[in-house]
Amino acid sequence: MKAITANRLSDGVVVYVDAHGALVERFGDAQLFDADEADEALVRILERKGAIASAYLIDADAAGPTGRGALRETIRKSGPTVRRDLGKQAELTDERV
Amino acid sequence: MYRYDEFDETFVRERVAEFRGQVARRLSGELSEEQFKPLRLMNGVYLQLHAYMLRVAIPYGTLSARQMRQLAMIARKYDKGYGHFTTRQNIQYNWPALIDVPDILDDLADVEMHSIQTSGNCIRNVTSDPYAGAAANETDDPRIWAEVIRQWSSQHPEFSFLPRKFKIAVTASDKDRAAIKVHDIGLRLYRNEDGERGFQVFVGGGLGRTPYIGERIREFLPERQLLSYLEAIMRVYNRYGRRDNKFKARIKILVSSDPDDFRRLVEEEWAKSDREKLNGPLDELLRVRRFFEPPKYENIPQTCNSLDAARARNDEFDRWVRNNVSDHRMAGYAIVNVSLKPIGKAPGDISAEAMETVADIAERYSFDEIRATHEQNLCLPHVRKADLFDVWRALDSARLATANIGLASDIIACPGLDYCDLANARSIPVAARIAERFADSDEADGIGELKIKISGCINACGHHHAGHIGILGVDKKGEEFYQITLGGSGGEDASIGEITGRSFSSSEVVDAVERLVTFYKENRTVGERFLDLYRRLGPAPFKETLYGDAAH
Ligand code: SF4
Repeated sequence: MKAITANRLSDGVVVYVDAHGALVERFGDAQLFDADEADEALVRILERKGAIASAYLIDADAAGPTGRGALRETIRKSGPTVRRDLGKQAELTDERV
Repeated sequence: MYRYDEFDETFVRERVAEFRGQVARRLSGELSEEQFKPLRLMNGVYLQLHAYMLRVAIPYGTLSARQMRQLAMIARKYDKGYGHFTTRQNIQYNWPALIDVPDILDDLADVEMHSIQTSGNCIRNVTSDPYAGAAANETDDPRIWAEVIRQWSSQHPEFSFLPRKFKIAVTASDKDRAAIKVHDIGLRLYRNEDGERGFQVFVGGGLGRTPYIGERIREFLPERQLLSYLEAIMRVYNRYGRRDNKFKARIKILVSSDPDDFRRLVEEEWAKSDREKLNGPLDELLRVRRFFEPPKYENIPQTCNSLDAARARNDEFDRWVRNNVSDHRMAGYAIVNVSLKPIGKAPGDISAEAMETVADIAERYSFDEIRATHEQNLCLPHVRKADLFDVWRALDSARLATANIGLASDIIACPGLDYCDLANARSIPVAARIAERFADSDEADGIGELKIKISGCINACGHHHAGHIGILGVDKKGEEFYQITLGGSGGEDASIGEITGRSFSSSEVVDAVERLVTFYKENRTVGERFLDLYRRLGPAPFKETLYGDAAH
């Protein structure tokens, strides 16, 4: 499965795309797409140039990022592993790794 | 200390206003990300994993208390209460919002600071010796020359679109604390046998994907000829440096392909240039000398009884003086190194509160001067020996008195995969685990000077090639692995570390480092550093220590 992730333009915060095409901060709210739907959904998000600095697909399942980029994407989803008091892990209890 | 002039002030304010407009146009969608990215980079704004990152220049690493307090204010108001000192004598903020950056830049401009020339293919922030003006046996204050180069280069239209970024470092001591031989141009000011001052000129050093030690292309360049000679180097680079391939565009590639030919091209270019005209602006530029007047030292004796007594009374203080305090050129004064490497924390990180503590101490005890070092520490350059005990206590209260300068736990580490978009692996946790392994102060003192440097990818921001032990993070099918290099140095005895062999997993790498250190302790002679032993014995026994029989 795939998820779409981006950095929000105004502040760079990591966001995901949910089932309604909205940008959400929690990975738990992200929509998981099949590979073919994912490409189409990404194209739609990339059109929202004023909202995001960059966007791309990641491998993921309901538990979190998977595949080769899993560590990098887990760090993006949660925050620096050396500062548990910073990033999403500090604000969202379900984002601890 | 140098304060920038009206020209600089106007220029910086105009740049901030321009960037404010660019950010607004980006947010409104008028500019695309492709159009905006080079503009934000020109202002030191990068996009990292979690957020934007803002890099702020600290010219030749010199800061006043007022500037440090402003950095603390920015950390608190716009970031998450801390900053990160880098190997380029810069400070980085890891969490600023893009919409706040123009305000941050205005706040920086209030204290004569900015983010210009921290990115892009220009001559970057010129770095220098953190002991400048304070070091014993210095030929001149190298910051004067760093400032001359900054002014000359930043006003020079020819050098704004170089084939690639360009880094210059200047020192005026025998001891190299600015890593000049791993810079695009490294300059060492000294006096020749006739007592004249001039520069030894190294060109084409650098780390990254293809590391090189700079070639000494001129043994003695009279100081008055500096600008015309630098201009000749830059002309040759601009003409022959490769613009077609980013990985081959640095001047080191041009120099290393044929150093003699490069030297000849520079000499030819220099010979035909109008040297008198080019050297002319030097007198004008050297007027900055007046801003680097030494502070008003007191006339005090070299020995300090109260210091000796405090050292005899307090072992921890004595250790700190031994490891973190250096000789000053003036009698009765000392240079204090402030370690930003408390055991187990991210090297170079400092909280806003700790910044303010350093600012207070600098104001009270060090003529209002603070320096950033390329080893991610700070330095208070002019402290009276009689004040050292008070300074130590004040630093200790903010966890800034770790007595580990130059030792195994004084590790350079780049941000790595915890923050950096380009990283292959994490650096900081590896640094923290190694530091914890060598946390025992007696053991660390017994090991002596050991430079461990860690980068999270081949861009080598952690200078791993220049580490006695270098560690490079690599990605193997999504897992973090670490390659070890040995025998590197960024000092006056500069060398590039050699790769030992297959890389180690994250769980193996700390043990591997410990095996190397144990081998060193068992085989060294009196006074021999880790690096000296490696140079004496060569790589084979070290490889055997790492890999056992598998090395054969
Ligand atoms: S060395 Fe690589 S991982 Fe480390 S800060 Fe530089 S680019 Fe990032």
